[in-house]
Amino acid sequence: MQKRSIFGGRLLPYALLAPQLAVTLVFFYWPASQAVWQSFLLEDAFGLGSDFVWFENYQALLSQPDYYQSAVVTLLFSLAVALLSLGVALLLASQADKSLRGATTYRTLLIWPYAVAPAVAGVLWIFIFQPSLGIIGQALRRNGVDWNPLLNAHHAMLLIVLAASWKQISYNFLFFLAGLQSIPKSVIEAAAIDGARPARRFWTIVFPLLSPTIFFLIVVNIVYVFFETLGIIDTMTGGGPGKATQTLVYKAFADGRLGGDLGGSAAQSVILMIIVIALTAVQFRYVERRVTY
Amino acid sequence: MVERRRFGNLLPHAILWLGIAVVVFPVYLAVVGSTHDAATVANGMRLTPGAYTLENYYRTLFEGASRTASQPVATMLFNSFVVAMAIAVGKIAISIISAFAIVYFRFPFRMTAFWVIFVTLMLPVEVRIYPTYKIVSDLGLLDTYTGLTLPLIASATATLLFRQFFMTIPDELVEASKIDGAGPIRFFKDTVLPLARTNIAALFVILFIYGWNQYLWPLLITTRDDMQTIVIGIKKMMVVTDGFTEWQLAMATAVLAMLPPVLVVVLMQRLFVKGLVETEK
Repeated sequence: MQKRSIFGGRLLPYALLAPQLAVTLVFFYWPASQAVWQSFLLEDAFGLGSDFVWFENYQALLSQPDYYQSAVVTLLFSLAVALLSLGVALLLASQADKSLRGATTYRTLLIWPYAVAPAVAGVLWIFIFQPSLGIIGQALRRNGVDWNPLLNAHHAMLLIVLAASWKQISYNFLFFLAGLQSIPKSVIEAAAIDGARPARRFWTIVFPLLSPTIFFLIVVNIVYVFFETLGIIDTMTGGGPGKATQTLVYKAFADGRLGGDLGGSAAQSVILMIIVIALTAVQFRYVERRVTY
Repeated sequence: MVERRRFGNLLPHAILWLGIAVVVFPVYLAVVGSTHDAATVANGMRLTPGAYTLENYYRTLFEGASRTASQPVATMLFNSFVVAMAIAVGKIAISIISAFAIVYFRFPFRMTAFWVIFVTLMLPVEVRIYPTYKIVSDLGLLDTYTGLTLPLIASATATLLFRQFFMTIPDELVEASKIDGAGPIRFFKDTVLPLARTNIAALFVILFIYGWNQYLWPLLITTRDDMQTIVIGIKKMMVVTDGFTEWQLAMATAVLAMLPPVLVVVLMQRLFVKGLVETEK
């Protein structure tokens, strides 16, 4: 797509582009290429020199049981958050869609968690589930549950899933509500005249018509769990206990900082980059399809 | 409504209120937690507010949690505000002019420039953490506002958004301006900016929240306590060995950290929804 009517000017367009290009080149392309380059280097123990080692960092990475564990953790975490937050959001959105009066009030009351920082969301949920003083943590222990997210891997996972889903419900709710409101009422009424009960109508009409929204939200939720939950994990569990809540991004972060394994961390970053590019490609193909619908 | 229900809309309303209760609960508890003294919080939370509200918030804002020797939260709030504003304003400024250049001029390497910017859509900070950190430290920008904001300012999303919007501005407006003898800068100032006002505002809301809630980048880039943002400050309060966490102050900090972005969302809801829907397309 191009404009018919344009301005002349030789230097002006470059001057207008310069700030953005400068920032992009210095802070995106340079570090990204450094990450790729560094993933082929091995630093010696004192950080004085480094050798070009081809794919050794990748080999080392892929032979680490830890790495696969992180991949599994990431997968489980994404699945749990996507299911929980999409499920709750869809339930709430379909109810808000029904009760026409007050739908905007409900929207106001449900969308604000989007603005809460992931790290702060983590702190809020720890406060509830802290074994010794959290209101639910205490109640669980009083009732004979040995609740201890600092030692029990399942408890820690449950905690980060809750915090991450809580924050994501508002986003999903907003898009589900918009999706539901765009379904023509006449289709639903026609089904009702044919004798379809509400449950049947939901599964045979609303759900299929909502499927583009659902698909879009699944991709967005996975990207969210991959990258934005780092703050939640860092404040709530620090990847522990053991490495039970260490996601791929958290591992790249922790290995580079605490472990000082820059080559390994860079190799992980490169793999993550490939994953993001794949996810973005999926998202774009979908957006294209929706446009031609 | 398709069919008549015996109890009206009671059930949907009940489900919604239950959902709202669950969503509000953690925040309610944090607010309550920030109004008690340390002993009450440590012995198990109550569900009703206590009497230490003023004291707790005063200590948090102006003294800082003493045992953890951290900065007063007022400093952190100020830092967060500067960072969020700089990121939002900076991003909008550099993307609107670059989009303007790409749409309204023809010049060699125009599409190259577009693609160079477009590809960065796929590279979140998290995948290039340490190399970026190294560059910023080589430039001597650690612990500066520039270092905190500049690397986050480049954004393909905003550029694409403005490009999309400029494509919808009718060509007749450009022609009319040209006939009136206006050059590109005049056209930008008098026609494009006023037309883009709502888009800019919607984007601003989203970017302000984005900047305020940054975690990983400020965590790496700040070593001095007085340069910390509030989101990092709260994390530091939690770390100082679990037993010594002053929960009532941590909760007051959490409330203060949430308040500005949440207010922005609630008060500018229409712009927020518009921004959210647009940035995702």
